Amino acid sequence: MSALAVAAAALQVVGVLAGAPLVVGGMRQVRARLEGRAGGGIGQPWRDLRKQLRKQQITPRGTTVVFALAPAVVAGSTLLIAAIVPLIALGSPLESVADLFGVVGLLFLGTVALTLAGIDTGTAFGGMGSSREITIAALVEPTILLAVFALSVPGESANLAAIVSATENHPEQLVSPGSLLAFVALGIVIIAETGRLPVDNPSTHLELTMIHEAMILEYAGPKLALVEWASGMRLTVLLGLVANLFMPWGIAGADPSLLAVLIGLASITAKVVVLAGLLAAGEVFIAKLRLFRVPELLAGSFLLALLAVTASYFLGTPTS
Amino acid sequence: MLGAIGLALGLSVIFGEPRQLWIGWLLPLVGVRLDLDPLGGIFVAATGAVAIAVGIYAVGYAKREHWARFPLITLPLFVAGMLLVPAAGSVTTFLLAWELMAATSLILVLSEHRRAAVRTAGVFYAIMTQLGFVAILVALVVLSASGGGDAFTTIAANADSLTPGIRNAIFLLTVLGFGSKAGLLPLHAWLPKAHPEAPSPVSALMSAAMVNMGIYGIIRIDLQLLGPGPHWWGLTLMIFGAVSAVFGVLQASVSTDLKQLLAYSTTENMGLITLALGAAMLLASSGAPTVAAIALTAALLHLLSHAAFKTLGFLAAGSVLAATGLRDLDKLGGLARRMPVTTVMFGIAALGASGLPLGAGFVSEWLLLQSLIHAPHDSITLVALAMPLSVGAVALTTGLGIAAMVKAFGVGFLARPRSAAAEAAREAPMSMLAGMTLAAAACVVFAVAPALLSPALQRVLAVLPTVGGDSAGPQIDTILRLPGVAGSISPALLAAALAIAVLLALVLARWGGRHRPPAMVTPLWACGADSLSPRMQYTATSFAEPLQRVFDDILRPDTNVEVTHFAESQYLVEKVTYQTLMADPVEQRFYTPVVRAVTVWAHLVRRAHTGSVHLYLAYGAAGLLIVLLVAR
Amino acid sequence: MSWIGKIGRVGRMVEPAHDAPEAAIAPPTGVTGSLQLRHVDCGSCNGCELEITSAFAPMYDAERFGARLVASPRHADALLATGVVTHNMRQPLLNTLKAIPEPRIVIAVGDCAVNGNMFTKGYGVVGTVGDVVPVDVEIPGCPPTPQQIITALRSVTGR
Repeated sequence: MSALAVAAAALQVVGVLAGAPLVVGGMRQVRARLEGRAGGGIGQPWRDLRKQLRKQQITPRGTTVVFALAPAVVAGSTLLIAAIVPLIALGSPLESVADLFGVVGLLFLGTVALTLAGIDTGTAFGGMGSSREITIAALVEPTILLAVFALSVPGESANLAAIVSATENHPEQLVSPGSLLAFVALGIVIIAETGRLPVDNPSTHLELTMIHEAMILEYAGPKLALVEWASGMRLTVLLGLVANLFMPWGIAGADPSLLAVLIGLASITAKVVVLAGLLAAGEVFIAKLRLFRVPELLAGSFLLALLAVTASYFLGTPTS
Repeated sequence: MLGAIGLALGLSVIFGEPRQLWIGWLLPLVGVRLDLDPLGGIFVAATGAVAIAVGIYAVGYAKREHWARFPLITLPLFVAGMLLVPAAGSVTTFLLAWELMAATSLILVLSEHRRAAVRTAGVFYAIMTQLGFVAILVALVVLSASGGGDAFTTIAANADSLTPGIRNAIFLLTVLGFGSKAGLLPLHAWLPKAHPEAPSPVSALMSAAMVNMGIYGIIRIDLQLLGPGPHWWGLTLMIFGAVSAVFGVLQASVSTDLKQLLAYSTTENMGLITLALGAAMLLASSGAPTVAAIALTAALLHLLSHAAFKTLGFLAAGSVLAATGLRDLDKLGGLARRMPVTTVMFGIAALGASGLPLGAGFVSEWLLLQSLIHAPHDSITLVALAMPLSVGAVALTTGLGIAAMVKAFGVGFLARPRSAAAEAAREAPMSMLAGMTLAAAACVVFAVAPALLSPALQRVLAVLPTVGGDSAGPQIDTILRLPGVAGSISPALLAAALAIAVLLALVLARWGGRHRPPAMVTPLWACGADSLSPRMQYTATSFAEPLQRVFDDILRPDTNVEVTHFAESQYLVEKVTYQTLMADPVEQRFYTPVVRAVTVWAHLVRRAHTGSVHLYLAYGAAGLLIVLLVAR
Repeated sequence: MSWIGKIGRVGRMVEPAHDAPEAAIAPPTGVTGSLQLRHVDCGSCNGCELEITSAFAPMYDAERFGARLVASPRHADALLATGVVTHNMRQPLLNTLKAIPEPRIVIAVGDCAVNGNMFTKGYGVVGTVGDVVPVDVEIPGCPPTPQQIITALRSVTGR
């Protein structure tokens, strides 16, 4: 493991930290333009973050340490994922610490922390948001694991670097039915996990329709900043991960040169920008689903993932 | 009273001790043959460890709950029975120990026999466990008769001479019998009744140690003695396991009774273990011993970690019960401020049960998933179909498991108390806390440093020749690597990295700190109103309501909505009564007809009992004639 | 797919921005261009609400100047109060203000909120917003136009 590989992993973390608010801002901007508005600009989330960080810390009466620590756990687990997954380069020093299953576990650890915080407030809306969030998470988990399974069949490993390099070496596998189905399934999962339309509306003001927002109604100031920042980072990391799982070109190798790292940075930025833009543009055309329709969507994606696995089992030719 | 408590403690410690000397431990008694190999040893060790934690805990619990003397004396006997089962070296000893375990546990379940619910649970438990025993009895007697001896070693030597018909019959009977002890579907119905109604230390012993004996039986008889069976053996186990896991976790996620939730979670985890065993069998019989070894390691590791977190869970639930008298999650809440240590303990247990990273169950579930995805997919269609479906089942189980545990921990311990009893809760006494701390320490070991258990697991794998055999199991080191397949994980480094990342996040949150006005504690935001009453909080029922709706077809809740109108106008509503009843659908749809049929038959048979001696003599003569005819 | 055509035909419908107004007060946290608002209707006729809604609608798009309406006062920097304060809404107004983390400001929208307008003598009226909580920025008008509201918000966000 070279110093540059470590530097690349650190760059991933810093990049996600700095880039996540810009991705959120960019998505809002795309949406605003398509709606005929001018929009607040790409830098608006950064301004909001800096302002929230300068506001007063508030502890609602009766909340425990769970409420106080949850934002840090969400942000921390997301940062760790950013350090593990291959965004810029393959050889992260933490690569052998957690495979794709581990990453999924970390993701859910963050979700659970925030859910508990929602319950901890003891407000009706907090409990409501938590209950909905955990229902969706419980239904997302099977899909996500099955999609991981489908992806790990060609590379014969669930370790991220192995999957990515398998795709890089055998790009023809991308057009296999298994891979395509897994892509769609993962796409739906990411939409559900990051609370985008049609599962959840991130810009809603109505408590009764909220999922993610309802859990964080009691957060203020720096803690709110951390939560918002973390949810932006989750979106960014997941988009980057999906981009590299299905379009790994441009990513630096396990032992990269400086140029390769720079190319990796440029390519992942471009991929995330394109994916985020597409996601935001797609959201303009759909309305939020009724809450009890969401499970149907997730069941559909579960079925796709199951088909993906079966397809890759029966049709996939193992790499040799 | 205190003497009896001391006895419980002493016995559990003594019986916990021999785990250091388990290898080749041979102790022939008069007519009782004990033969402890590493496989039995790991079960003895697990039972002993659970017993130590429970023993220490029981000291405080018995004092606080004013336990009668009789159940207290039975407790060590129960532990002894459970220690003897895996140590038994012959069929007779095994059956004796099994019955000792069953009988003592029944007495313990009935120790609060003044409550009707306890009596119902006791009757249910007695019937189910004895039916299971009959299945095991028949299977083992057939086994020893056709195996040419009483001792397991003799049977193992002659195992190859058994005909496939006998093998299949024994397999089915043992799976039924041991499956009912392990709480597998559809023979699980006693478990969610008996475990919650027993006193909490007993629940912990039953849920963390006794159910393991069912798994032990399956491993010992079906995996070790009968050897690799046809494909459908493994498949049967996998189906049993998958169905139990998904059903158990579904019931757990909608259950509002803290101990019942934990009991259903036991069914879930036993299902996962059985699934892993089945996968190991199927993989071994389709020529993938390396992956089979991973599956088997997953089963054993999960068994041990389940013992740890389920002990802790039931002990913590017991503390809550002792402090508040409540098991109903809808009435609990706010315990985090009143019982901080118990809350942390239950948090550790719940994290373990949900299978998330840093939890005790993560590594074993990871191993299970790895073994499932690394199955050779070019060999047999059956394997190719079974593996994705079981990954789906495991994934659904973990997903719902997270929901169930978030509900148990969040609603039960966080937020504000939902009843006066929960409001008045106070922390458990020292000995109860000490017992829980022991179990929590075990959980942490499983979560962060499973490497410590690696040597023990390797030894066990070595004595299971049919699965794994000479191929090495996964190397559980600081970084856990799998042999033959690419895949690694490191729980310890992951924990450290996560700690650093969380610290980093906290540092980030300090940015801009010098511009901030001083921090403040404010009342909750009540949408402008003055205050929120605890009744406005989400309860366990409402928390699980979306899940219940999603799985309506499986759970089939009974919902009654009664609307009372004012007499003057039917458009004005006076009150609305809403009632949801969650019953075990399997119990309703499967047991009720059976019980009804048995009752009908019993009535028919009763007609033959006229009280006339002549008639009975005639029955006897007829019976004798038939026997003679058949025997000829 | 006619939606895509429609998006293309309509294009940007937002009105061009005027020059930034003079700052009424310094941005509360020292960060310009970010202001989250929690709106409280203290007893308004809903005229002001309609104008606020259109101030945030595509035509005027107050969001381009960094202002945004939020659901929870915990997320807010400013209280947007409309209408005269009635007896029933006095306590909720105070509670909402208390729930907003410091530093916070209060913006009174419309003549009713500023001076009571025609409702001053009403039996259910406590008084103006300024009688109950300290007001930092006033937006007069019955109702104020979206342009006036936006100008006032810009004088706070500094953008």
